[in-house]
Parts: sequence; structure tokens; C-alpha cells
Amino acid sequence: MNSQINIYKTAKGIRKSSPFGVVLHKEMADHIRSWRFIVLIGLIILTFIGSMYVSLGNIRSAISNTNDPDHTFLYLKLLTTTDNSTPPFHVFLSFLGPLLGISLGFDAINIEQNNGTLTRIMAQPLYRDNLLLAKFVSAMIMVGTLFFVLTLLMTGGGLILTGVRMEPQELLRILGFVVISVIYVGFWLSLSIVLSIKFRQAATSALTAIGIWLFFTVFYQIIVNLAIRSILPDPSFLSQDQILRYNEFILDLLRIAPNQLYTDASTTMLMPSVRSLGPMTMEQMAGAIPAPLPFRESLMIVWPQVSGLIGATAACFALSYYLFMRREIRS
Amino acid sequence: MKDPIIQLKGLTKCYGPQRAVDDLSLNISKGEIFGLLGPNGAGKTTTILMMLGLTDPTDGTAFVCGYNATSNPIAVKRKVGYMPDSLGFYDNMTALENLKYIARLNGLSENEIRIRTSELMEIVGLSSVMTKKTSTFSRGMKQRLGLAEVLIKQPDVIILDEPTLGIDPGGVQEFLTLIKRLSKEQELTVLLSSHHLHHVQQVCDRVGVFVKGKLLAQGNIETLSADLFGHMGHVVSIKSAHAIPQPWSLQQELEQWEAIKQITMDKETIVFECKENITPALVRFFVENGYDILGVRQKDYGLDDIYQQYFEDIN
Repeated sequence: MNSQINIYKTAKGIRKSSPFGVVLHKEMADHIRSWRFIVLIGLIILTFIGSMYVSLGNIRSAISNTNDPDHTFLYLKLLTTTDNSTPPFHVFLSFLGPLLGISLGFDAINIEQNNGTLTRIMAQPLYRDNLLLAKFVSAMIMVGTLFFVLTLLMTGGGLILTGVRMEPQELLRILGFVVISVIYVGFWLSLSIVLSIKFRQAATSALTAIGIWLFFTVFYQIIVNLAIRSILPDPSFLSQDQILRYNEFILDLLRIAPNQLYTDASTTMLMPSVRSLGPMTMEQMAGAIPAPLPFRESLMIVWPQVSGLIGATAACFALSYYLFMRREIRS
Repeated sequence: MKDPIIQLKGLTKCYGPQRAVDDLSLNISKGEIFGLLGPNGAGKTTTILMMLGLTDPTDGTAFVCGYNATSNPIAVKRKVGYMPDSLGFYDNMTALENLKYIARLNGLSENEIRIRTSELMEIVGLSSVMTKKTSTFSRGMKQRLGLAEVLIKQPDVIILDEPTLGIDPGGVQEFLTLIKRLSKEQELTVLLSSHHLHHVQQVCDRVGVFVKGKLLAQGNIETLSADLFGHMGHVVSIKSAHAIPQPWSLQQELEQWEAIKQITMDKETIVFECKENITPALVRFFVENGYDILGVRQKDYGLDDIYQQYFEDIN
């Protein structure tokens, strides 16, 4: 009898969750109940349905186009086909992803500080980094779930509508695309958390984050082009090799922008025939048959991009730790 | 003397060239109610933040419950309940949810949480409104919810930063009585900061007067007044029914008295500063000389005067 009670007690003790789990739970509940998240979900779902509708309308011609080496991958085609009236889903996502990340993180810390809840929470036996991590992980779980649900719905719907068997490679590629998208949103999320620690006003941090996003999507390419044009010598005086080297250099510069990394990575994932993200020489091309690459090879191509995105996310996160850990908590 | 539960040694905090807290040393023993008294911007909140490890001291150490608050803040926070001056709650949650959240953060089991939350809501008198959202709460209700939240972790020490700010007088009375009762019942050590001397006077066993980052004096109210006004001796003011004529014939005689240091007159009121308490003799003297006495007042020094005295020194 006694031992039974003891077992019961320990079982209860184990169920007691850690402070991190408690904060995570609460943050996720907050996200689910917030209007902001509902609006964002609506936006993403609308985009998804829109691009699916367009691609379903054009799927027949895309599949029967035998000149395209990727024409056998029905499900990848669903995600990438378009009649040029709307951009395909992955391009849409390169715009909407940052918006999603920024709007989930821009007021993570400063709103708590302004409401006076931060002091109260920090007076509890909870490590400061647990709070940051919970804010980050809760939003990531929400975004991850959303993306996975969407793609699974898409593949399921595709299976029912077309009855075409799905290649294991296609599934892997689509899952890879989802993981890359989640990491991309994670970068913007961690950037906006940094800004929410740095700026006391939520509006300032939101505007700054949107400013950075606009800079990278619109102005960065213009600036790089301008700089390159004024610095680089006239291409007509250069040899083939030199042109190639300069091109490589320009691409490297452009790849500082996270959206460039994301577009590169998602394109390679969804289009198996993409062999290289840079220029290729004639020698490299010689003898190559335009055929889809196996999944492993595509993964090898995008690996630098993915690790770049993860690196940028980690750097932002480290910065937020640095700013928050020794800071005075006062409301 | 018992071991101090809060021990501050040479605590200093600088913001740039300004010293917010300057070489503060203070011991508070278990079960005591200590009042940190000072004007706005004296460094009270900064001191409290340093005790909880919410900000790092520039110099010196703060030991709370035997733990160093700077290097081991989590251990301190397990034992200390803190109520900040500007209390905020999650507005989209009910009072009960807010309280439960804090309880969970402190690692209480669900069973304990259920029992203790309803118990505490009863104690602070919020049982009837605990399922309402905190956005509808008044300042006084928030304050009481804050107290429930401080108590739910069963702390050894509670630190209240300006707990009486913005509550109406009746509410203040109730709140302070509650704190006093809880402190006696559960042997809690209470550190209370305020710029409102009367509140501090009501509940505190000991008071520290804190001005511009320095602790000017500490002790109970009698000690403080003895320290400050000891040199001033006893002051008696006597009010007569009729105005005293100028010059006054009896003044010469009174000035002969050994005990009287100074006499000041203002129409019908005469103020005597004496070395000892000679009030009965003075009254007898007036009566014998045919004066009608309306009132005799012996001056006691309260916190008001103590406070005033320190501010005069500063300004």
C-alpha cells in the first residue's frame, strides 16, 4: 500500500514540468489565441491556395513537356509551375516568410517590459535564456507545424486528385523545402527578437525589422550592381576565365542577403535538374546530360546556403543572449 | 543576535558618473519587517534589483538567504518573493491563470497549485473575481493579486517595492494589516520600500532612511528620533487664554530656572525648550500666577520630523 503511494507520488513529481516547458506552453497558447497569428495563417493559406490553383490549371502541360527534365516529378511541379500570372509558392514564401518571422518576434521582449510583466517573470526562478529560447522555439513550432500541415495537405490532395504515385525522392525534396523554409523564417524571427530586446518601443523594432527586410529584398541588389559596375573593368577586355571569376564574386556578394540564400536553396530543392547555382564553364558542361539530380546531390549543392542561413540565425540568437543576459530588468 | 537573512556589504551601483547606490551596508534578520524609506530616486529600487540579481552591482555583494544574489540569482529567487512597483499582468489571462502561471514557473505540482491558489485568493480577498481578466482590475486589486503571487512560492523573504503606491487610504490600511499579519503568522522577513512615511511607521519594526544612494540612519523609530533630536531636549508649548503682554514680567523669573534653555513667545503661546521634562512644574507656575491655561503640548518626534530633518540636511 505504502509503496503504491510512493510510486504515485514520484510519477506526479516527474510530470511536474520545467520552467522552460511552462513558458513554452504559455507562449504557444498566446500565439494560437492572438489575432496576429490568425491573420498570418490566413495570408499564407490564401497564397498557398492561389498558387496551387494556378499550378493545377497548368499541370497537364507541364507534365507533358518532355523537353523539361523534371517533367516526371508531379508533386514538385505542383509547387513550382505557374502561368506567370502569379509567382510560384516558393517565391511567394520568400516574401511572406520574413513577414511571418518579423511579426511573431518584433514585440517578444519589449512588450513584456512595457507591461511590467518582465520584472515579475524575471523575479521567478527561471533562467533568462530560457525565456528567450521559449519565445523562439514556440514561434518556430507554430511556423513549422503550419508549413508541414500545408505541404502534407498538398501532397494528400494531389494524391486524391491525380492518383499518381509519389516518388520517395519527391517527398524528401518537399520535406527538405519545408525545413529550409522554417529555417528561413527562423532567421527573421531571431533577428526581430534581437530588435525587440534592443528597442523599448514595439513599433520601432517592427519598423527596423521591416527596413532590414526591404533593404535585402529591394535595395541590396541595386547597391551591389551599382558598386560592381563602377569598380569592375569593362567585360569586353576580360578573358573568359576572368569574367567567370568576377561573376562568381558578384554572386557571392549577393548571397549575403538571406532571401538570396533561401531562393537558391528552395529552387535547387524543388527543381532536381538544377546542377549548379553559379556559372559553369563549357568544360564542366561537356558531356552532361540534362537530367534530374538525385536528392543527395541536390542536398550537397544547397548545403552551403542552408548552413549560411543556420549560421545567420545562430548569430542573431547569440546577439540576443548577449544583449539580454546582463541587462538590468526594470519596468 | 540572529544571523541576518539579508546581508548587504558595501553595495554600490553607478550609472555613468552618478552613484545611484553608494557603499550600502545593511543587515536584516529573520522575521523582521524592515522599511526602506526615501524620496523618489534615492536608489531604493536599484538596491532591490541588486538583491534579486536583476542588475549587477558595480561593487560590493548582496547575500540573501545565504546566497550571493549576483552569482546565484536563481537560488535567491526561489526563496524570495518580489513585488515590483509597477505591477503588470498578462491582460489576456484571468487572475487565476496569471497566478497559476507563476506557480508553475516555481515548479509547484498541479495538485498543490489547485489548493494553494484558491487558498491565497481567499486570503487576499479576490475569490469572487478570480475568473475575470486582469485588464479589468483596479490598481488595488492588482496589488493584492501581486501579493498572492509573491506568497504562492512560500518564500522566506518578501520584498515589496512601493506596495502602497496608488491605493486609496482604506485599501492601504487593509493591505498593511495583511502584510503584518502574514509576516507574524508565517515568520516572513519583509523588506518594504516606500516614500510614504506613515505607511512605513505603521508596520515596520525597523526603518532605514535612504537618501541619494546613502543609508543615513537605521533603527526603530524611537532610536532614530533619539539620535536626531536628543540634543534638542524636551519642547513644551503652553497656550494661555489671554495674550501675553510684551515685555512679560514673569520672563525674568523663568529664565532663572536651571532646566530651561530657551523661551519663545508668540501672542498667547509660549514655547519652552528644556533640558528635562518639567511640564508639571511649568503648569503649576502658570496656575499660581493666575493664568488660564487652554492647552499644554509636549512635542513628540514622529517619522515626519525625522524625514524632514534628513531632507533639510540634504537640500
